[in-house]
Amino acid sequence: MSHHIVETQDLHYTYPDGTMGLCGVSFRITHGESVALVGANGAGKSTLLLHLNGFLTATQGGLRIGDYPLTAKNVKAVRRSVGMVFQDPDDQLFMPTVFDDVAFGPLNLGLPEEEVERRVMSALEIVGVPHLKKRAPYKLSGGEKRSVAIASVLSMAPDILVMDEPTSNLDPRSRSRLIQLLKSFEHTKIIATHDLDMALDVCQRTIVLHQGLITADGPTLALFQDEQLLARSGLEKPLRMQGCPVCGEWKERDHGGYRKGAEAGEA
Amino acid sequence: MHMADALVSPAVGGLMWAVSAGLIGYSSKKIKEESDDRKIPLMGVMGAFVFATQMINFTIPATGSSGHLGGGMVLAILLGPHAAFLTMVSVLMVQAMFFADGGLLALGCNVFNLGFFPCFIAYPLIYRKIVGNQASRGRMVTAALIAAVMGLQMGAFSVVLQTVCSGITELPFAPFMLLMQPIHLAIGIVEGLATAALILFIWKARPEIMLAAAEKRPLGKISITKVALGILATTLVTGGLLSWFASSKPDGLEWAMFNTAGLEELHNRDQALHAFLDDLQGKTAILPDYGFKSTAEAPKNEESPNWPAVDPATSLAGLVGGVLTLLASIIIGLALRRRKTQELE
Amino acid sequence: MANIDSGFLQIGRMDTLAQGKTWLHRLDPRAKLIAVSVFIVTVVSFDKYTLSALIPFFVFPAILVGAGGLPVRFLMARVLMVAPFAFFIGIFNPLLDRQTFFQMGTIAVSGGWISFGSIMIRFVLTITTVLALIALSGFNGVCLAMEKLGAPKPFVVQLLFLYRYLFVLTDEAIRMVRARSLRAFHSKTMGIKTFASLVGHLLLRALDRAQRIHLAMCCRGFDGRVPMIKPMGLDWKAVAFTVGWCGLFILLRFYNLPLKLGALVTGWVG
Ligand SMILES: Nc1ncnc2c1ncn2[C@@H]1O[C@H](COP(=O)(O)OP(=O)(O)O)[C@@H](O)[C@H]1O
Ligand SMILES: [Mg+2]
Repeated sequence: MSHHIVETQDLHYTYPDGTMGLCGVSFRITHGESVALVGANGAGKSTLLLHLNGFLTATQGGLRIGDYPLTAKNVKAVRRSVGMVFQDPDDQLFMPTVFDDVAFGPLNLGLPEEEVERRVMSALEIVGVPHLKKRAPYKLSGGEKRSVAIASVLSMAPDILVMDEPTSNLDPRSRSRLIQLLKSFEHTKIIATHDLDMALDVCQRTIVLHQGLITADGPTLALFQDEQLLARSGLEKPLRMQGCPVCGEWKERDHGGYRKGAEAGEA
Repeated sequence: MHMADALVSPAVGGLMWAVSAGLIGYSSKKIKEESDDRKIPLMGVMGAFVFATQMINFTIPATGSSGHLGGGMVLAILLGPHAAFLTMVSVLMVQAMFFADGGLLALGCNVFNLGFFPCFIAYPLIYRKIVGNQASRGRMVTAALIAAVMGLQMGAFSVVLQTVCSGITELPFAPFMLLMQPIHLAIGIVEGLATAALILFIWKARPEIMLAAAEKRPLGKISITKVALGILATTLVTGGLLSWFASSKPDGLEWAMFNTAGLEELHNRDQALHAFLDDLQGKTAILPDYGFKSTAEAPKNEESPNWPAVDPATSLAGLVGGVLTLLASIIIGLALRRRKTQELE
Repeated sequence: MANIDSGFLQIGRMDTLAQGKTWLHRLDPRAKLIAVSVFIVTVVSFDKYTLSALIPFFVFPAILVGAGGLPVRFLMARVLMVAPFAFFIGIFNPLLDRQTFFQMGTIAVSGGWISFGSIMIRFVLTITTVLALIALSGFNGVCLAMEKLGAPKPFVVQLLFLYRYLFVLTDEAIRMVRARSLRAFHSKTMGIKTFASLVGHLLLRALDRAQRIHLAMCCRGFDGRVPMIKPMGLDWKAVAFTVGWCGLFILLRFYNLPLKLGALVTGWVG
């Protein structure tokens, strides 16, 4: 296995209409790390993620995935190792049935049919929805769609998981199930979000993005306690770190999952 | 103006299917050659877009009645003729299957009327000619308007031809046409306005989309002569084949027309059609008692071996038998349903 | 054209029906597609004065609807919704064709009424079978059947895409139309300017979505071909279904069953 490094150097990107997407972003993420990319709407999170699979090409600066710089030549190999989960599962689930959809990637890799089937079923089992395999994607609930979208990426056996706002549009139950799922993955993870509670649970490290620039990069819990930094970046403290509206005190809620997450964040 | 299965004869339906199938094959080949792999999802989504917007009505200024977008011209402008044609076929297919708009056999006709004319005639020969090389807002809007109107006029004319050639209805050619063309002129203007308004909107919001659509495809690539020759060839071959199959069946007049003439001659109002028209005009002129049946051959020829005809006894037998068979069908259906519900319980 | 809300409901309903579990649902869609096509061609191939010979053909939709457990009322409502077109074109026949076709007692029935009746029967026959086909196979089933029967791949693939995003885009459109009508207190109708901007927004979103879908496809190794595992072997049931029905249709085309039956009955009675 390669080292799954993701490294950017002074990445600039300007959209064709002149909008500045990124204005010099540099970071380095190594094997097994779980990194939250937080920032307000329009901060440039999605723009940055689209560089990681070579869909956008930086107008200035460079990008390394694994051991090599990302070029037009190796973009296919890079896309195989970087599994991208899109913000809107409807964009990702384009095939007639769940099975076809999860099989799309493996079939494109040219794997034999039995292997494809095995991978599809194991991916669906990991996310806990093997019973949906014959359903049509447009008949699924939001949470189910998200699970299937993740399965469709897992079936390609990527080294790095990149997710754009995975908790958006989920109800609380689906959201906490998703958080548990994400915590169970060993992959290197890069998760763009403005759900700071989720970031606190899943990611040890956080990169704060504001108007196309990195304003902070460090341990999640530490950054989230810095109210000034958050305010400067157009963010607010995670809900559970805010004062209790009833008793006015700062109390950590005692929900098993959350608590463990918070500890992980501190670790 | 969707043609319906019930109004199409197998000859006309089959012929239009063959032509449409040929065009689908041709366009698919073109799409493959272009090997622009963005096209496939783009076509699908645009098809869904046209389908969805066709269900949105707007009010026609000063009349109070409503219209909707046809879609063919918008598709052609944004996707180019081949992809637009395939997309239009798909939209019509979904409509035929889910809304029973048209039908499977008539789908060939509908594809030809609503897909072929806007994509392969109105777009390259009218829209592109007007827009020319310097794509400006005014030109695009004018071109979209005119091309949409013309496309629909051709489609409406084609509906008339198909209906009359099918011979299922008694509608005579000339009055039917005089009815259809003005109605579709009105509809076409509305549709053209909607198309133009949409084009204008996109031009303002995202001019780069319109510019890209205007630049990318040089006109030379759409070989009109090739398409026309292809259609002519399919017409002749299938016309011949079908007539060979069905020559025993007395679908009379339209067979004669297709066999001797092929589609093209219909436009020229050649002998077959001429005779036909005179005949029909005669009838409309002297409506009441001058029996319609002066087309004497038609009904006599068309008496199928299954309808030994004007004898009252047979008529009664047909009626009784028909009712009995219908009842039998219903009973079978009901029995099967009963069994099924029992299984379920 | 249908109103957007009802249109959407209708597609959804048909799609749900296709999830059924009867043997007709499970049958290879190719068999159903071929049988339905042959059925339609046979039905429309009768000459325009045919009435009784068309009647036995009702057995096919009756069995599809009965054995497939399809809701009769729903299908009938669909048929009635599109009936006006056939009706208005067909109704010219009795007006224009007044020669007596046959005499029953004192009632003279003109050829026009016969052919009008024939048109309406054809209409009901063809439309119910097509609706039943979709309700039994699903749109995707029909698409795959077409591909297996030789339709070009790019065409079929974009057709599948269309169906997939039909739901998403129609839903988007409905939300926009609803949002507009909530704010347009005075008028229920939409002017062309509002229409253009509403539809224009929808179009821009559709274009962006197409781009994102393409990106999602590329991320999973898309290179222009859409691969699919489709275990669609030939099984004898499907073959028997196709051959059996097509055989019957052709038989009924040349052999007027009701007439023979009726002759038998009236013969006895008389
Ligand atoms: N296709 C595009 N064309 C022009 N500007 C864009 C496009 N997509 C995003 N932008 C702009 O780039 C900036 C960053 O957007 P994005 O990366 O989507 O933000 P985020 O995902 O953090 O909410 C925003 O100002 C946005 O308006
Ligand atoms: Mg974003």
